Amino acid sequence: MKDEAIRAEVEAWLDKHWSAQRTLFEWRNMLVEGGWAAPQWPKEWYGKGYDQAQTSIVSTAFAKKGAVGAAQSGPGGLAAETILTHGSDDQKRRFLRSILTGEHAWCQLFSEPGSGSDLAGSSTKAESIDGRWIVNGQKVWNTSAHHADFGILLARSNFDLPKHQGLSYYLINMRQPGVEVRPLKQMNGHASFNEVFMTNAVVDAVDLIGGEGNGWAVAATTLSFERRGFAGNRKVGSLQGSRLGPIYDEFDKETRIANEPYTWYPQRQGRVDLVIPRAKATGAINDPAVRQEIAKLISMHKASNLASAAAESKRQSGTNEVIPAGSIGKLAASVIARQAAHVHTMISGADAMRSGADSAERGMIAETLISTPAISIAGGTDEIQRNIISERVLGMPKEMRADTGSFRDIKRND
Amino acid sequence: MTSDLPKVLTEDQSHFRDVVARFMADKSHSSQVRKLMATAEGFDMAVWRQLCDEVGLAGTHIPEAYGGFGFGPVELGIVAEQMGRYLYAGPFFASAVMAGYTILLGAAEPFKEALLPGIADGCTIATLVMDDLNRPENVGKRLVWDGETVSGTAPLVLDAQNADLLIVIAGSADGLSLLSLNSDSVGVNIIPLETLDSTRKLASVTFNKVDALKLGVITQALLDKIWDHICVALCHEMIGGAQHLFETTVEYTKLRYQFGRPIGSFQSLKHRCADLLMQLEFAKAATHHAAQCLAAGEPEPYAASMAKALASDAYIEAGRAAIQLRGGIGFTWEEDTQLWFKRAKSSEVFMGSPHLHRERMMTMLEVML
Repeated sequence: MKDEAIRAEVEAWLDKHWSAQRTLFEWRNMLVEGGWAAPQWPKEWYGKGYDQAQTSIVSTAFAKKGAVGAAQSGPGGLAAETILTHGSDDQKRRFLRSILTGEHAWCQLFSEPGSGSDLAGSSTKAESIDGRWIVNGQKVWNTSAHHADFGILLARSNFDLPKHQGLSYYLINMRQPGVEVRPLKQMNGHASFNEVFMTNAVVDAVDLIGGEGNGWAVAATTLSFERRGFAGNRKVGSLQGSRLGPIYDEFDKETRIANEPYTWYPQRQGRVDLVIPRAKATGAINDPAVRQEIAKLISMHKASNLASAAAESKRQSGTNEVIPAGSIGKLAASVIARQAAHVHTMISGADAMRSGADSAERGMIAETLISTPAISIAGGTDEIQRNIISERVLGMPKEMRADTGSFRDIKRND
Repeated sequence: MTSDLPKVLTEDQSHFRDVVARFMADKSHSSQVRKLMATAEGFDMAVWRQLCDEVGLAGTHIPEAYGGFGFGPVELGIVAEQMGRYLYAGPFFASAVMAGYTILLGAAEPFKEALLPGIADGCTIATLVMDDLNRPENVGKRLVWDGETVSGTAPLVLDAQNADLLIVIAGSADGLSLLSLNSDSVGVNIIPLETLDSTRKLASVTFNKVDALKLGVITQALLDKIWDHICVALCHEMIGGAQHLFETTVEYTKLRYQFGRPIGSFQSLKHRCADLLMQLEFAKAATHHAAQCLAAGEPEPYAASMAKALASDAYIEAGRAAIQLRGGIGFTWEEDTQLWFKRAKSSEVFMGSPHLHRERMMTMLEVML
């Protein structure tokens, strides 16, 4: 289908159906019926089978009209893509629609206290008893688990097989007595994540996804979507138009809840934008030592953006050259955040001892100084990124393994 | 405002790079480099003629009206990058880059017509005589033009002992003057210097009331522009050399066995290589961007200094890693790493050390932001 025809079709549909007077639920159901909630999905599952470019024509038309789109919760999106790829028709029927409408919220249950970088070392136990799965174990770093209806769960269904082969992937109902969610307070005072304790939690046999023992392959799908930037849609609120009408109130509330865990994320990245203004305001801009460090920071920040842009251009030009942009970008973000925190500390001097709303930049500098340590851990530590770069990009040999053979015999912390 | 600049080479540019790379691989093998660096002149005239006649490299960035090919900083960068990669030893940088750019950007029209064709076809070997190679503000303090003759000393001049034509920037009553004179003129004393990097020949140049031709006036802004153009070509040379060191070092770690395993399987080495790759990618991105900025008429004034600081640091770090990861063999005369390490050190301080470029960058940035 030609781009122009798609644009005409979506605009005509919006002209006919969009109204800010509808409820969010009513509107999203119309989107699902019309195939506009997820046009990139297959036709038989609420979509139109559009490619990326065609899908972006649709998003542009929605933004132009000021029309609200499908629910965008990060973990829900990951669950949906995983179910689309590996799920049975029954699972697709039961779960996909309510993800798009926002009726059900999801969370991701992957990391454990004993399995962080080593995700395949999961030791949460799933036992098949009387035709149901009984789950025991603890998960951690679970964004939005406190208001999730369902979770995507990686657990070990067989402790005798090698670690990657004994994992299974489940869709678990969070609203049950065997699941307890507790907020996890971070060193910067925010609680963006949770711990999830499962004690004889129940998963119906039909909610195993991808087959018993295939959990690692299914998890790889989820992670690949996560790496493509699915997690946490933080661009919501870019709708144009008047934004008057009850649907916007509902939508804004949903957005507020979805974004609540992420308010400190800009600080985590080091607030490079505040460096020069702060240096000017404090007079530190005249200190030659500070100037050197600022210049290093700005250079890295700028060069990192240039390198990403160049990699993107190369990708679009269809080269088969290996482009290491992803892992390098992740590593670069850590180095930049660390240098930015260093520079902010130099600029503030003794004032860096203060925090809170009355401190510099309404507390944002203080929050930066105690938030940047997160960026070199979250979403894959710097050390793991360096392994990925050296092994997959540079082709350097893998480290010798100490975790082969039966999972039961591998040394671990529990 | 610079987001529209090209991010990757065009097909023609990539093809050009391959041609230059093939020529360099053939003519500038390390055994050849070692042979030349032991000589006083440091280059092979036959290769220089081929480089100029058959491939036409010296005229890459010189407009067709003056006998060149009419390309710009991007294409010149492609040449310099490959020369740096193969450690080409010869007067290309002194003549085509330094003298060529200075005449092109600073000389009055008739002098461009008179001087550039010889530089573009390589029949003239020229160099740029500046009395300071650290920062543009210092230029013109030791060489003085009295309106008829030039006097004073430039302590470090690239390839002066090989040059027929000296392009001189000297202080004078009305600011800086751009001059030209023949190297065999009366009163010129060129003394070759021992150099840390023997693939890069240097000499001191002293003038004692030497008659010269005035080509134009150099304002501080123009000198900054010339400085930037030279720096960006130098950046390309540096990232080419750094890339060579990086690739050979990574390969070495895959082949060298200790403790019953390739040393490249140790995380400490892998992580160092990963960090170095990142640093190198930054330097390359900044360098290519700086060249695109010059080609587009400098929409971002600090791009050249940013690139010079990043490329210098990356080259030095690549040199350190190349020796360290090879261990003892890396410190021997016989192993080729030392050749690139010395070029890295020499390039780090040539046309401004990294900290000077960071300061220069800040001076521009604080006005903009």
